[in-house]
Amino acid sequence: MALLSLISRYDWRGWVLPLALLLVWTLSTAFDWVDTRLLASPLAVLSAFSKAALSGELWVDLSASLIRNLNGFALGVLAGLLFGGLLGLSRQAEHWIGPTFHALKQIALFAWIPLLSAWFGFGEPAKVTFIALAVFYPVALNTFEGIRSVRRELYEVAQVLRLSPLQRLRYLVLPSAAPALFTGLHLGLIYAWLATLGAEYFFSAAPGIGNSMIDGREHFHMDQVLYGLMVVGAVGLLLNRLAQSLERRLLRWRDHR
Amino acid sequence: MSNLPLISWRPLSLRADISRFSAPSLLWVGSKASALVFPALLLVLWQVAVNRHWVSAQILPPPSLVLESLLQLWHSGDLWRELSISLERVLIGFVLGSAAGLLLGIGMGLSRTLEAYVLPSFQAISQVPVLGWIPLLMMLVGIDESLKYLVIAKAVMVPITLNALAGIRNIPKGYLEVAQVYQLGLAQRLRRVILPAALPSLFTGVRFALTKGWIALVTVELLASSEGIGYLMVDGRQMFQLDLVIVGMLVIGVVGLLLDQGLAWVEMRLQRWQRPAF
Repeated sequence: MALLSLISRYDWRGWVLPLALLLVWTLSTAFDWVDTRLLASPLAVLSAFSKAALSGELWVDLSASLIRNLNGFALGVLAGLLFGGLLGLSRQAEHWIGPTFHALKQIALFAWIPLLSAWFGFGEPAKVTFIALAVFYPVALNTFEGIRSVRRELYEVAQVLRLSPLQRLRYLVLPSAAPALFTGLHLGLIYAWLATLGAEYFFSAAPGIGNSMIDGREHFHMDQVLYGLMVVGAVGLLLNRLAQSLERRLLRWRDHR
Repeated sequence: MSNLPLISWRPLSLRADISRFSAPSLLWVGSKASALVFPALLLVLWQVAVNRHWVSAQILPPPSLVLESLLQLWHSGDLWRELSISLERVLIGFVLGSAAGLLLGIGMGLSRTLEAYVLPSFQAISQVPVLGWIPLLMMLVGIDESLKYLVIAKAVMVPITLNALAGIRNIPKGYLEVAQVYQLGLAQRLRRVILPAALPSLFTGVRFALTKGWIALVTVELLASSEGIGYLMVDGRQMFQLDLVIVGMLVIGVVGLLLDQGLAWVEMRLQRWQRPAF
């Protein structure tokens, strides 16, 4: 009964547009209203997907992309936490380095690619560096702002209690900065996936989901491009959901005050 | 022990107050100028490192060379030509994207039914980053100007739609009820109540969208273009003239900043009537 009422209360109207699109798409390819070389049929996309999944090609590409993504993410988070922490904890550091950091932030992420390719070549190091750079900015910025959001009164209490620097970090700075830190990590995760895709477009060919899309375009395999697009969207969505639920779980203590 | 914190606490806050309110302007200028010390040192180190051949000028073109290339591009008019091509693309894409975004956002804001039908699909589409759509768009429209317009328009449309929708949803109920009492027609309701009330949120969306559009332009020009500021960088990279690449990065940063600050200024002027009295 509960399930039935859930189904009847669910707003199905959101499905009308995608289904209509799918119908038009199916019909127009089935009756040759459009050139099927130009627009692959939904069935062709599905079969390209299942072929790639069964032959293992999809998993090779996907795992290569995810490993690249994680490497860059880890590197960028590490650098961002250290740099943002330094800027946040030391007024001196902020005073001297802050303006340079904020100025460099103005440069669009992808504008770094030509320079990175000159410095690191076109291989895996360049890709991971680029992803790390994409993650670095949001993490550093939010770490900095999180630490600055620690209230002065609390800091003074910590001084009165004569907490050691390590204790201050553990009991004062980290809990206060946690929401901003998570925002930074969350943004970093989104940017990392975007940068992974970008890295695979711009740098040299190696297994990866973005690379398979570029390949598909070059060889005019629309089905390959379309299933790549769906995989990219799905992975992005999953990473986003994962970050959201982790964030909620880890910040739960804040609601019980 | 108990009065110790009081002693150390008072002067501390006093000192903070003094430095905040009675700082002479000379000090302020000094502190602003000292922010330039670090980048200046960095530039000097960079220049010296190249001059002494610690790193090759090919890998890291010295600041003097970058400046020289910048001036050369400026005087020859090349920089302005490439930049005007890029700006034109952004403008066209921005107009297209914001028109679509406004229509969609205001439409969904006015009608819950439309929202129920369209919003889920819209969100699914906006979940996939612009970059993901590029290969598909390349197949559908080729790599001509229309690709650039579409990519920029997509980047621009998402924040404008979402902000227009949020702006309308957040209008206090009272305003709409007053409009109902006065029996305003749809056009009047839009013009007198809905648009003014949603304007701040809308403008935030526009500002954000312009930045997004500029970034999308850079991406698409790097990927597929034979002119424009992004192409300048690709060209510089291919000929291993990294000074051109760095000039491109500088120009992209400065233009991005100017676009954002320009809109911030317009935003301030436009919303002056809204300033609260107290």
